[in-house]
Amino acid sequence: MARKTLSVLLMDPPYESNNTPTALRVIDAALRKGHNVNVFAYEGAVALTLKGQAPHPNPVKGTTVEQQQHPTPKDWIAALMKSVQGDQKIDWINCGLCVDERGAGDWIEGARRGSPADFAKMADASNQTLVIATR
Amino acid sequence: MANYVLVESRDPFEYQDAQAFYDLARDLTKAGNKVTFYLVQNGVIPARRGCRFERVAELAQAGVSVIADDFSLRERAIPTGKLHDKVTVSNVDALVDLLMQDGTKAIWH
Repeated sequence: MARKTLSVLLMDPPYESNNTPTALRVIDAALRKGHNVNVFAYEGAVALTLKGQAPHPNPVKGTTVEQQQHPTPKDWIAALMKSVQGDQKIDWINCGLCVDERGAGDWIEGARRGSPADFAKMADASNQTLVIATR
Repeated sequence: MANYVLVESRDPFEYQDAQAFYDLARDLTKAGNKVTFYLVQNGVIPARRGCRFERVAELAQAGVSVIADDFSLRERAIPTGKLHDKVTVSNVDALVDLLMQDGTKAIWH
């Protein structure tokens, strides 16, 4: 199968919406099928790649960090970035205006800064574009 | 005629605007397009057999291919044997294949 390119626009911040894990599942499937993937993180979604995300215990339940097995979106995204094979690409762009508004610029390796104009270029150069708007 | 993939993530009992998305799927099909309606997240709720929201059956009868996401069903403890008989079960791998077909137009709601 010929390699194609899927672009995805995300808007939801971490831990807010079922859209985020679903989108990451779609991105994972596209990567496993050998496609290239572009992601444009807009508004609250720029926090998905924040390096400082940390799992936590649950003092109410008395469980430890290990028992909680608390996932972090930045670890899921880092795993997606590591999963690319050969010359396959995943390009993750965080909207710079949204980053500055939120002071949310300390990201994991692999994310980069861009603007909505980059999303237009992504969509133009892709075989498919999914816009997953917030509710 | 075009291929459309409409991804419905919303439960129509929670979001009234889901009705408009069902309308869109029906009308695109009536206009001669091939439409896949992929139910995901709480969008799978009306895929249950006997659900009082009957528009899933209406879409299927209109010729829309209605698919429920297997992961979303498992998350919500909805057994596949309890689904409307016109609904098929699939997964995001198949969704990606549909999305990446040349000329397919995709809308997420």
